[in-house]
Amino acid sequence: MATTHAAPAGWWFRRPSIIPGFGLTFGFAVTYLALIVLIPLSGLVIRSADLGLAEFWRLASDPRTIAALRVSFGTAFVAAAINVVFGVVVAWVLVRYRFPGRRLVDALVDLPFALPTAVAGIALASLYAPNGWIGAPAAALGLKIAFTPLGIVIALVFVGLPFVVRTVQPVMEEIDREVEEAAATLGASRLATLARVLLPGLAPAILTGFALALARGVGEYGSVIFIAGNIPYVSEIAPLLVVIRLEEFNTAAATAIGAMMLAIAFALLFLINLLQAWSRRRYGHG
Amino acid sequence: MDLRIKNVRKDFDLTPALHDVSLDIASGELVALVGPSGSGKTTLLRLIAGLEQPNAGTVYFGQDDASRLSVQDRQVGFVFQHYALFKHMTVLQNVGFGLTVRPRGKRPTAREINERARSLIELVQLAGFEDRYPSQLSGGQRQRVALARAMAIEPKVLLLDEPFGALDAQVRKDLRRWLRELHDVTGHTTVFVTHDQEEAMELADRVVVMSRGRIEQVGAPDAIYDTPASAFVHRFIGESVELPVYIEGGMIRLDGIAIPLSAADEPDGPAALVFRPYDVAIDEVDRATYPGIAATVVASRWHGRGRRLELAVGAGGHSMEIDLPPDVAPPVDSTLSVWPTRWTLYRPSGASLSHPTPAAAASMVSPIQQMAVAQ
Amino acid sequence: MADLTVPSAPVIRSATTEAPATRIALVVAAFGFLSLFLFLPLVEVFLEALRNGPAAWLAAISEPDALAAIRLTLLVAAIAVPLNVVFGVAAAWAIAKFEFRGKAFLITLIDLPFSVSPVIAGLVYVILFGSGSLLGPWLKANGIEVLFAVPGIVLATVFVTFPFVARELIPLMQEQGSSEEEAALSLGASGWQTFWRVTLPNIRWGLLYGVLLCNARAMGEFGAVSVVSGHIRGLTNTMPLHIEILYNEYNFAASFAVASLLAGLALFTLLLKTLIELRFSGGLAPSRGH
Repeated sequence: MATTHAAPAGWWFRRPSIIPGFGLTFGFAVTYLALIVLIPLSGLVIRSADLGLAEFWRLASDPRTIAALRVSFGTAFVAAAINVVFGVVVAWVLVRYRFPGRRLVDALVDLPFALPTAVAGIALASLYAPNGWIGAPAAALGLKIAFTPLGIVIALVFVGLPFVVRTVQPVMEEIDREVEEAAATLGASRLATLARVLLPGLAPAILTGFALALARGVGEYGSVIFIAGNIPYVSEIAPLLVVIRLEEFNTAAATAIGAMMLAIAFALLFLINLLQAWSRRRYGHG
Repeated sequence: MDLRIKNVRKDFDLTPALHDVSLDIASGELVALVGPSGSGKTTLLRLIAGLEQPNAGTVYFGQDDASRLSVQDRQVGFVFQHYALFKHMTVLQNVGFGLTVRPRGKRPTAREINERARSLIELVQLAGFEDRYPSQLSGGQRQRVALARAMAIEPKVLLLDEPFGALDAQVRKDLRRWLRELHDVTGHTTVFVTHDQEEAMELADRVVVMSRGRIEQVGAPDAIYDTPASAFVHRFIGESVELPVYIEGGMIRLDGIAIPLSAADEPDGPAALVFRPYDVAIDEVDRATYPGIAATVVASRWHGRGRRLELAVGAGGHSMEIDLPPDVAPPVDSTLSVWPTRWTLYRPSGASLSHPTPAAAASMVSPIQQMAVAQ
Repeated sequence: MADLTVPSAPVIRSATTEAPATRIALVVAAFGFLSLFLFLPLVEVFLEALRNGPAAWLAAISEPDALAAIRLTLLVAAIAVPLNVVFGVAAAWAIAKFEFRGKAFLITLIDLPFSVSPVIAGLVYVILFGSGSLLGPWLKANGIEVLFAVPGIVLATVFVTFPFVARELIPLMQEQGSSEEEAALSLGASGWQTFWRVTLPNIRWGLLYGVLLCNARAMGEFGAVSVVSGHIRGLTNTMPLHIEILYNEYNFAASFAVASLLAGLALFTLLLKTLIELRFSGGLAPSRGH
């Protein structure tokens, strides 16, 4: 019997090699990845290395740069923290409760993924401006939102929300009702069950969502610049400073700021991967 | 603590899961709730625990009406089917959890909790595993952690939902014996749910057979096996052979041919003739001398302690399997005469049923006894 | 059974839910939060766009610069999306169907553009193709324009939308395994036949969703494109850049009119996503942050 297949002994064994196309797909994927992402990114790294340590340090320690990084990081941190609180509440409500319009709300949580940042930016700016729907009542209470760091936080909350919700939601859905019932039969009140059984189980997902929202917030540009006011040292974010330096044809300064932002992004990415690996090892899920 | 369940009814979305169920469980007893899926056994267990509320009826713990107590206050030790261990806590933390969440006044000190948890871990033979996480344990070990955790709160009753369902055969057998021994030592009133009748018969003091939201029969394993109260129990507990027969003028007919069993005083109509595979006699030499049921041997299998025959019987060729002692070995395709030595007739009305008394089982023609259905 | 009536079922909550008051408070908190941050901005876009009436809206989106921006945006998406679809399918095939060293690292690299600020994505191309770079003088000598021209915009868009399709397909194909492909191959199908007739039908909804997200982002990308475009009206202005210019000129109604088109696209994307999820719940990868 002529057969082109593997020997019978290997027949039941999962042998990836019988599926064709590895060379083609892997080769294409890696080449494309290198051309579009890796080579351009390493260009940034090489260019900032070319600056030399002293020059790099001079550019990086520029007070306006430091201030911009601090604004970006600080607002992103606050926004991510707000998103953790409300993102967990939103996820809980969506997973646990049934109410009219739940499907719609669930779909709209993805809006920040789908809505262009510039559109979100002008909408938030006009909403929270002193003459806007929300800005006006807030101004009457003496609270200025748009054109202050608070405005940046608002924009970053918008941008970061789905990261927290969509990271926490699937883990919440997998919570075994039996675990909650077990806690109840052991005498734990609902609050104790929440605080000591449910939240610790969700902690890795919540932390991951926080880190994702933070990473996105630090680099966010489009939705922020309209509402931020962009006052140097006060409400000027790091990505905007990169754009400003480029417009001044000061590529060196832009490169230095870009390299630092890239380093922050990689550190966060590393942290996220570490978190997920730890959670997988400890609890057997990601 | 003894348990009384009185006229409990439970509906899920208008479909009844339990109809008017009553059951008394004595203190220290080990009781099995057994039945196929959907029989209401897990619902009954959850009602006892307070995880569900009955639509009608009451659950008493001793003299107290437990229906007024929340789950938290009932102090039941519940072992879940999939153990429901807290993944982010170590074995020690899992076992101690029930004590650490007690209100401040009733809470033991951290040291007492630690000691109590450790002694329980030792009791379930997991000493040395205190600092492991559930994901680092085998199924049988998780099961024992769940049990220790449930016992830590000094439960009034211990409730186990399919305690061995998720384990492989060998571990299941060991744990079963171990659980029985543990029960004899600790003496907790224990109720467990299982769909495996063999497990229920081996482990329990008393077995509660359930079907479609009702209790079919309650009794010691032997009694349930030997005197099943309904066709359902007969089929569900142990192996049985069932033939569709018709009663006409006190004669039992299979496919129109009378068989040598009498059902005097029984009204005419269809019935099911049920018997155990080994409660049969055969005559393989001369059919004419003993007019049993005509049967052809389809297959014959040796299983070490005897022989199992697959037969085609009656004009309709009904398939049935019987067990024979080792020394009898009729060849395949040979014809036999077969008759049950101990049998029961069940009528489709279900309202009444008849069966030969054990004493009369040896005789061919047994009186039919009317019995009331157990409510 | 009148004598058996029990006192009406005691009011004891289920063990796994909150008190009604807590539940209502949580729903209200969630709704309030989402209204402030998601719903109101969305409504604002359409209200502002139609503030001066439908005629003004139509005029704003049909003036020549707006039309040029729409055309350019469509062109960029038409190039960037297919490129990333081919990459996404190839990468998912290599990763899901084969075991090889460094796979986890490759997945991390594919995710990289999600972690990089869009402004940095633009910056890297400025560094690569700018006048101060190695390539810059050569490009100039040969009359090839990358920066402040369409190729630069396409490259920056490809960079930021790079992971969308792959990210959607990798978990989906990993979950589906290879047994169906192995069966097809054992029945004599060629590699291409196996892909077109077995794999593709299995992943089509996930692929469609990946394409939708990729397209929404490609048409809406602002930061990266802003850095490399040069903002030449009628030539290198995409829709988001056009929105910015109009907004900065205080031409709010026109700005929101163009924005309403992109918001409509976003809503359409979400609608399709929801429909796919409702009808083919098994056909999408577990939802995950992007």
